[in-house]
Amino acid sequence: MQKPKLIVDGKRLDGRGFEELRPIKIEAGVLKRADGSCYLEMGKNKIIAAVYGPREVHPRHLQDPSKAVIRYRYNMAPFSVEERKKPGPDRRSVEISKVSREALEPVIMKELFPRSGIDVFVEVLQADAGTRTACLNAASVALIDAGVAMRGMVTSVAVAKVEGNIVLDPMKEEDNYGEADVPIAFLIRNDRIESIALLQMDGRLTLEEMKKAMELAKKGAMQIYRLQREAIMKKYMKEETEEPEEENEQ
Amino acid sequence: MAEDILMDIKRDYVLSRIRSGERIDGRGFDEFRQISVQTGIIEKAEGSALVKLGNTQVIVGIKMQVGEPFPDTPEKGIIITNSELVPLASPTFEPGPPDENSVELARVVDRGIRESEAVNLEELCIEEGEKVWVIFIDIHALDDDGNLMDASAIAAISALMNTTVPAEKFEVGEDFRLPVQDIPISVTSLIVDDYSLVDPCRDEMSVGNNLITITSDKNGNVVAMQKSGSYLLSEEKFYEVLELSVAKAEEVRKQVVSQINQGDKDGENEES
Repeated sequence: MQKPKLIVDGKRLDGRGFEELRPIKIEAGVLKRADGSCYLEMGKNKIIAAVYGPREVHPRHLQDPSKAVIRYRYNMAPFSVEERKKPGPDRRSVEISKVSREALEPVIMKELFPRSGIDVFVEVLQADAGTRTACLNAASVALIDAGVAMRGMVTSVAVAKVEGNIVLDPMKEEDNYGEADVPIAFLIRNDRIESIALLQMDGRLTLEEMKKAMELAKKGAMQIYRLQREAIMKKYMKEETEEPEEENEQ
Repeated sequence: MAEDILMDIKRDYVLSRIRSGERIDGRGFDEFRQISVQTGIIEKAEGSALVKLGNTQVIVGIKMQVGEPFPDTPEKGIIITNSELVPLASPTFEPGPPDENSVELARVVDRGIRESEAVNLEELCIEEGEKVWVIFIDIHALDDDGNLMDASAIAAISALMNTTVPAEKFEVGEDFRLPVQDIPISVTSLIVDDYSLVDPCRDEMSVGNNLITITSDKNGNVVAMQKSGSYLLSEEKFYEVLELSVAKAEEVRKQVVSQINQGDKDGENEES
């Protein structure tokens, strides 16, 4: 396959500038059975996240008497990609689930829920590069929607190197043919980036480019963070207006 | 339970030493354990290496086969990396399908080799779109005394450098040396409070498994990174570890190359 030209006249294939995110849509509380949930679109990515818990842990021997056990399952729907993906976890999903769980674990106040389990299930309904970061963003909103105590918000975005340029939030073509991909997640608290919760990289970057990538990721993350907050606010405002109606019914 | 208390004591001891600026085995914070590389130890494999990093031991064996290329890279050979954390290597390893740690180990090693373009995959095309060489990199842990990651990465590239492509066996021409054009080196650090310890040993890991692995190529570019473990990493610490890891990799690369060259020389002497 011929590598397409990814940057034309300083613009990317979808018309974005280097420091521009794809359009994002976030909605909290979209599932009835789950304790918390979130639907998120980031470009062509379509993600749904559900949180169950804190609840009893099965099997029992996995319980921790001092804190909650966190489980995270990243799963791609078979129809989410061009070539049908065989259902079930592959090695890639296992690794993504591990690093994503490790990003959330230090942020969730686990010690408040001894012996219990918090399950985060994230389904990729449609994938178009940056699914692990989109999933973490959705998971974070779903956790807050479930009322799980958190030290802050986990917000994630990827940065790539494409034809020598450091660009924000790569889409599929840029991910496939780009020179580097750096998914990062931050802990953000009171409008401030506090630390790095997830960090991976593959490709080839100089030290200088790596630093530039980090700065750009921080910029992008702050924008996503505001949208995550907005989605949660919206959900609570909706609940407030709905409550009186329920009283009338009684 | 007794083990838990022992762990607590061990952890307190390790921590107190770190906080007074020392490591339990007397190494500097940026110092690797003794590295030893022996190549060509498994005759049945196309290439192999046994790497010792202090007491940590890993064997990597390379097997090659003729296979079909991936549709999106019809003119390139294929690398497949697997790791087996066999129960022989640690009391905490269990038999069965690879768990997340094993999968992560294999994938991070794979990324270093792939992204540094250590193997010239174009030269492993036999017939475009039809037949290419498939390289199986199998990581076999023998003794996990900490930092299997770097030991495995060194063993993998050493084994690749030791590999002869078995063309005669598959009746596709003459055997040739696997074209290796870079030596990616991973450097793993343990993050403890505000300290970072390069190449942590198992006892040091009693304070937690807050790790970061940074792999760089021979030109000092970063080719792979992986934060591993449930912890939050400050940006300042990240930059510090990033620069240190790239510098450290250069040192380790020299040692690995000199060990392999030494081994080759010894081999020649034995033959003659």
